[in-house]
Amino acid sequence: MKQLMLGNAAVARGLYEAGCGIISSYPGTPSTEITEEAAKFKDIYCEWAPNEKVALETAFGASLAGKRAFCAMKHVGLNVAADPLFTVAYTGVNAGLVIGVADDPGMHSSQNEQDSRHHAIAAKIPMLEPSDSAEALSFAKLAYEISEKFDTPVLLKMCTRISHSQSVVETGERAEYPVKKYEKNITKYVMAPANAVRRHPVVEERLKNIAAWAETSGINRIEKGSSKLGIITSSTCYQYAKEVFGDEANILKLGMVNPLPAKLIQDFAAGADKVVVIEELDPVIENFCKSLGINVHGKDMFPLCGEFSQNMIAHAFGRADKPVKKLDEAIPVRPPVMCAGCPHRGMFYALSKNKITVLGDIGCYTLGSAAPLSAMEMTLCMGASVSALHGFNKALGKESEGKTVGVIGDSTFCHSGFTGLATIAYNQSNSTVIILDNSITGMTGHQQNPSTGKNLYGEPAGKIDLEALVRAMGIKRVRIVDPYNIAECETAVKEELGVEEPSVIISRRPCVLLKEVKHSLPFHVDTEKCVSCKSCMKIGCPALAIKDGKANVDITLCVGCGVCRQMCKFGALKSSDEK
Amino acid sequence: MTDKVTNIMIVGVGGQGSLLASKLLGKVLLDKGYDVKVSEVHGMSQRGGSVVTYVRFGGKVYSPIVDKGEADFIVSFELLEAARYVEYLAPSGRIVTNTQQIDPMPVITGAAAYPENLVEKLQQAGINVDAMDCLSLAEQAGTAKAVNIVLMGHLSKYFDFPESEWLTALETMVPAKFLDVNKKAFALGKAN
Repeated sequence: MKQLMLGNAAVARGLYEAGCGIISSYPGTPSTEITEEAAKFKDIYCEWAPNEKVALETAFGASLAGKRAFCAMKHVGLNVAADPLFTVAYTGVNAGLVIGVADDPGMHSSQNEQDSRHHAIAAKIPMLEPSDSAEALSFAKLAYEISEKFDTPVLLKMCTRISHSQSVVETGERAEYPVKKYEKNITKYVMAPANAVRRHPVVEERLKNIAAWAETSGINRIEKGSSKLGIITSSTCYQYAKEVFGDEANILKLGMVNPLPAKLIQDFAAGADKVVVIEELDPVIENFCKSLGINVHGKDMFPLCGEFSQNMIAHAFGRADKPVKKLDEAIPVRPPVMCAGCPHRGMFYALSKNKITVLGDIGCYTLGSAAPLSAMEMTLCMGASVSALHGFNKALGKESEGKTVGVIGDSTFCHSGFTGLATIAYNQSNSTVIILDNSITGMTGHQQNPSTGKNLYGEPAGKIDLEALVRAMGIKRVRIVDPYNIAECETAVKEELGVEEPSVIISRRPCVLLKEVKHSLPFHVDTEKCVSCKSCMKIGCPALAIKDGKANVDITLCVGCGVCRQMCKFGALKSSDEK
Repeated sequence: MTDKVTNIMIVGVGGQGSLLASKLLGKVLLDKGYDVKVSEVHGMSQRGGSVVTYVRFGGKVYSPIVDKGEADFIVSFELLEAARYVEYLAPSGRIVTNTQQIDPMPVITGAAAYPENLVEKLQQAGINVDAMDCLSLAEQAGTAKAVNIVLMGHLSKYFDFPESEWLTALETMVPAKFLDVNKKAFALGKAN
């Protein structure tokens, strides 16, 4: 049956049809829905791992045991998983192993714009790159065939526009995959030097064999055009190119971006007057073509940064821009904001008010850097808040210890915060870490994690006791605060920064968007008491605005958290049941 | 059936419920045998930020996104967002917008002002605008949450598809107990 399917859901469908038996992933936009959609198939066991390294190692273990396995992550997650990635290329697999990675050109929801193809090249692992949902489904299945045919892990590369676009797919049936017997093979699976030395040539030989296969397998195809223009492209850029040129240009559409098919590219280029490589981010295909001595255009026409589009490509080829309507009016930007009732707000206000230097992390709370709170001063990668705080304090000592904190969410703490805290405990810096525990992985859309007590399916699961964990590391000062209480947050921050030993504050309140969280009655403004001082505007709540000179509450957004009430010295902000 | 690709942008503020609108559109169009692509953005930009969904249909659709100067329709859940994407309109394009105003953070903090009389300014710029208070119409239908269906009802006026096809698609994606309210919202959108 034909149906519209999200690219990520199509990957999940492909995994299902391929007989995949086990998936372990860490959520990350734009990859998250692959695992969530796969979890709807009862034949696939799915779980959230604490981080991408664990996810890949789990999937590898399952492949070793004989089940087709998968893990999904975003581009920066692949950095975390890079350690096992580079060596699983050496061991190869037992049952098929596929690694899904989703890039985010344009950085809709990411801290950088790295190009995952470099990982495929560096780790010497084949990488498939679909250009719509139908290919996402079929490439997921094909990836297992390649994995088992060539005894290699396979990378399946998505990007925001493929992951989060729906297009038409036709589904098939699941082919059950019987468990492939695990056999002891020390020289293949123990990557000690003596064995790894023997495996490296195998990897090089395998890559040559896959490249030969890619020449003729049909995964890379030529679409004949009416002109002598040749375009080499893949993924969403293929769609943009077709949008602009239709059947006019000759197109070499690559479905496998590592290894690249040298002869196919040479033959294609030989038949064209001019060859242009259209690829987002880095000139990977372009540089390969140039290494073959082919004269191609690429980054001389297109940018290294950001997403492409049909207009950008048309413009680069000198075509006239489409006429656009203009409105002579300054349109204020609408950046993302912390939700009304977000439990992070109170803590960030307390930090901002006391002029604390806040080293931050990855999650919804990164919005703590936005005006008017402007509280967070650094965000690097998952876990860096904790370890960078340690380095910051080791560098400056007393100068920074009493006025600097690291803030990290519960999911991010479980992902990469433990080890940073271990260095604080072990190397004894007078550092104060605040765990913003909203009891969920928020930004990616509410996934469970090892500290929530529930598994991916929402069923009861193991629960890491954060307080006990921190104490077990030898950190004696651990306290819990309610971030809806600004005074309590301020007291805790001042006291913990005041002591000369490591400390942890757990700022604990569940995300206000969780279904089980009960909202209080919305607030309203007593306009007779409001003196228009705008103190309540300092917390940056989207439910609060100034209307006709006075504070005003949007009752459709307000959840009655009461943080704004603590900002008002005049008692003008009241719950709906107060006069 | 026409081979020409029709481009629709659904814009609004993160959390306003544009997902159901694009889902309904996608279902109706697919059932009619069109090639369809629907593209949306998840993650950080959803948190109260400006959000865009692209819906494209026709004989064969390549790009999943709508670019500047291409949109036949911009369906907007919020007035400022309608104005934000004006450059995406095709010369003969039309804006269908809810007149509801939601202040963005720079307006809340006083760093910027919400432009006044936007509907008139859009019209003065020579833009086809259908503006209506979809929130009131949705409430009239029975729930403030049906703003999306009011907008779809209005958009349906510009397509020569039988109403039954829209309502059949609606039945497959709305729980039975909310169906009447949504049908009413669709009718009110179409009538206004």
